[in-house]
Amino acid sequence: MSVSPSPKKELATIAIFTVAVLAMPIWLAPIGAAYPDLLQKFAIFGIFAIGFNILFGLTGYLSFGHAAFLGVGSYTAVWSFKLLTMNVLPAVIFGTVLAGLFAVLIGYVSLRRSGIYFSILTLAFAQMSYNLAYSVLTPITNGETGLQLTQQDPRIIDSMFVEAGAGLPSTTLFGLKMSGYPGFYFCAVVLIIGFWISLKIFNSPFGMKLKAIKSNQTRMGYTGFNTRPYLLVAFVISGMYAGLAGSLMAATDPLAGAERMQWTASGEVVLMTILGGVGTLIGPLLGAGVIKYFENIFSSYNENVLHQIFAALPDPLEDAVVAVTSLFVGEGWHLTLGTLFMVIVIFLPGGIVEGARRLKSLVLRPTVRKYGFKTDQPTTRS
Amino acid sequence: MDAIFLQILNGLDKGGAYALIALGLTLVFGTLGVVNFAHGALFMMGAFCVVTLQKVLTIAKRVKDPSVTFFDAYKEQPYLEIWFGDTGRAIIDYVVPISILLAIPIMLIVGVAMERGLIRYFYKRAHADQILVTFGLAIVLQEIIKSFFGANPIPVSAPHVVAGSAAIGSLVGLGDAVVYPWWRLIYLLFSGVVIFGVFAFLQYTTYGMVVRAGMADRETVGLLGINIQRRFTIVFGLATVVAGLAGVMYTPVLPPDYHMGMEFLVLSFVVVVVGGMGSLGGAVTAGFLLGVLQSFSSMTEVKAIIPGIDQIIIYLVAVVILLVRPRGLMGRKGVMES
Amino acid sequence: MTAKIILDVDDVQMRFGGLMALSDVNLQIEEGKTHAIIGPNGAGKSTLLNVCVGRLQPSRGTVMFEGEILTGKTPYEINQVGVARVFQTPEIFPELNLLENVMVPALAKRDGSFKFNAFRNVMREADIRDEAEHVLEDLGLQEQRTHIAGSLSRGDKRRLELAMCLVQHPRLLLLDEPTAGMSRADTNRTIEILKRIKERGMTKVIIEHDMHVVFSLADKISVLAQGKIIAEGAPDDVRGNPKVQEAYLGGAHL
Repeated sequence: MSVSPSPKKELATIAIFTVAVLAMPIWLAPIGAAYPDLLQKFAIFGIFAIGFNILFGLTGYLSFGHAAFLGVGSYTAVWSFKLLTMNVLPAVIFGTVLAGLFAVLIGYVSLRRSGIYFSILTLAFAQMSYNLAYSVLTPITNGETGLQLTQQDPRIIDSMFVEAGAGLPSTTLFGLKMSGYPGFYFCAVVLIIGFWISLKIFNSPFGMKLKAIKSNQTRMGYTGFNTRPYLLVAFVISGMYAGLAGSLMAATDPLAGAERMQWTASGEVVLMTILGGVGTLIGPLLGAGVIKYFENIFSSYNENVLHQIFAALPDPLEDAVVAVTSLFVGEGWHLTLGTLFMVIVIFLPGGIVEGARRLKSLVLRPTVRKYGFKTDQPTTRS
Repeated sequence: MDAIFLQILNGLDKGGAYALIALGLTLVFGTLGVVNFAHGALFMMGAFCVVTLQKVLTIAKRVKDPSVTFFDAYKEQPYLEIWFGDTGRAIIDYVVPISILLAIPIMLIVGVAMERGLIRYFYKRAHADQILVTFGLAIVLQEIIKSFFGANPIPVSAPHVVAGSAAIGSLVGLGDAVVYPWWRLIYLLFSGVVIFGVFAFLQYTTYGMVVRAGMADRETVGLLGINIQRRFTIVFGLATVVAGLAGVMYTPVLPPDYHMGMEFLVLSFVVVVVGGMGSLGGAVTAGFLLGVLQSFSSMTEVKAIIPGIDQIIIYLVAVVILLVRPRGLMGRKGVMES
Repeated sequence: MTAKIILDVDDVQMRFGGLMALSDVNLQIEEGKTHAIIGPNGAGKSTLLNVCVGRLQPSRGTVMFEGEILTGKTPYEINQVGVARVFQTPEIFPELNLLENVMVPALAKRDGSFKFNAFRNVMREADIRDEAEHVLEDLGLQEQRTHIAGSLSRGDKRRLELAMCLVQHPRLLLLDEPTAGMSRADTNRTIEILKRIKERGMTKVIIEHDMHVVFSLADKISVLAQGKIIAEGAPDDVRGNPKVQEAYLGGAHL
């Protein structure tokens, strides 16, 4: 970790980032990723991963329960649509704030332990929330069906201004419909703000202290820092990012289901962060993009498509190749995901960012280096 | 009274499964220092040993159905039945117990391959890395199973003789109304035997002694010139077999599907934490204890007082235990503490 | 004896199960002095330091620092009142660079035990940065200030840890074998540094095996053996004390 960039460099970073994000529909077109639904996903999961990285990347605390906050954000947003208004702004604010409150509660308890105990505590809380959402909380969550908009919803604020139309209303930002590109641009703006805050935190004294906690928590105590409030603040901030992502999901598609809270969903954000590069600024965002992009492509493949791809091969070979690859696509996308997970953790614990760095140094200084299982990873304290 | 007795039994057999999985988790954690998130997938693979064997044994031929005389009717008849008659039919009927013989070598191979091929490279890595890589492995294993067997649960039945329920009420003087499925009783007994076996192995063999010493102080045992590496492989294999057997025997209780492992894993981890990380006795005790607690909390009378308690009781207990007694019920000092 | 007592260890007892690690230890540290604690291995020296910084809570007795009771306080609270510690195995931030390693304690001194300063760029913290660079330069680590701390040699890590303590300008500095495992040259360098600090009037308690270090620095020596203080006094008095020679090395010469 080098000395933080100067405020000037910070400004340049955010400017480049803003342009890159807003121009995504242009530069992602050649790889077939420039359509609103997918772009929205990039932005939303990017926010989720950036927030997760503030906890895991800076403090080293691995939460396996962040999906719970995602779920809380989604449910809150849908309720805001049902009760108050179809405007996404209050929905997003309520979703973030409520997820933050929820994170205070869970964080306060879970952070009394560290290492794997912390992981298991957060997992336990997330599972509790998931189970409750499916059972006793059905009046709030609508159980297995999921929470949806209905014709009978009061929508107090909206009903003061306009007559309810015939069909289900759609989410808006002061009249602008939040589907398609407007939806993406709304998410993109939120993403840019989220990235900016994360950048600020990374380069601040606060961020430096979080990194120091990750590096050596014992020393932090003898250095005069009370580490628990630092960890709690980091936990709550990252919980709020998750809530924000969850409410944006609802803003672009107004429904919420308990499966968003399942621990496999927590696992997904962990994977995004790891894949991109834990503790790096841009890594989690890259990870989220790569995973959502390939999920999109891979799950649309089936055997016919594969046969077309490998048509040039001799027939028996073609059949064999298709038989193997078909395991990894379509329904089998999760197999690819799992394999990727392992490969990254084993061979490239620094993720894409680390890979790019190595590639760069390889190009600039062409020395042969061997990378294998035994990377020089310092074992973290638990 | 009857209801309470039944709930205890109910809890104990589920607790048996928790205990068996938690035992393996603890064994691996205590000796190898590895947090294995793929352990639940091993439980699931054990269950799918039964499914595989059942599929193989019931490979059938279309034959004319002699019981229908008006027209030519066909039915599927397993080759085993055609070739061996009643013996063949009995083999198919006893598919679950027979699977044990199949599962032991298979799970042993899986376990050894996993330890040699992956886990050993993670002894010195951070726990977070161990969690992540085994989590990835768990996904891979369950997706492979899914691509072969589909996503739906596959029913497996217990042998015919024990398919019914035992009138245990009259045995313990509670009246004939109290009945309990035979197979669940067998499962309870089976988990008891396996647990006893593992403890006896660790307690009374020199091999087990070294393993226990390794759990107490890995580095010192390594320094004694004992090839701790090979023993670790065996321990991992043992844990794998125990998880597999737990899965095999559980199939008649719960039709196996590809993600059953994950569900049991999360719960078993909680069990391990409640019992005390690194304590075998704690894992077993907590397994049974939480099983019974869960079963009690799902009684209608309890749910009427605290709705939804059955869904969260185990996690709630874990949270409370971790906060008031961080080492768990029987945890040793210094395990996993900074 | 008119010097002000800065640290007062009063009747401290530390029991680990059946083992009495410290029994009724009384120790007064005078302000501005360098006080060495020596004694054979297992005498309870590190335990005593651990009690002082709040890592261990004594079974009985109290530790007072400038009239304030430290017993029962957490390590961070004790640091905040002005006690810093150098550990036997260097406790640094191995993943951060040297400058950051020293800036973090400087922030602790300025911000207190918690401050949410998340929207200010570190580069704007010029005073903190200057102070950190100054201390690094003082200890001869300036050249390596952008290196990752984990890559330093053992001796440099110890010096870095010392820098991390000095940047806080503690009123009392506790050093646990600051030269163990160092080369002779590094040891002499450390002695020079510690002498310089002394000139600035910082109070130090130092645990050390190397008698060369002890006699170069100490104003006063306490000898700890089997959890008890068996001798105390000026270096020359202690050197000649037969009880000390007996406890140490079974009578070998110091």
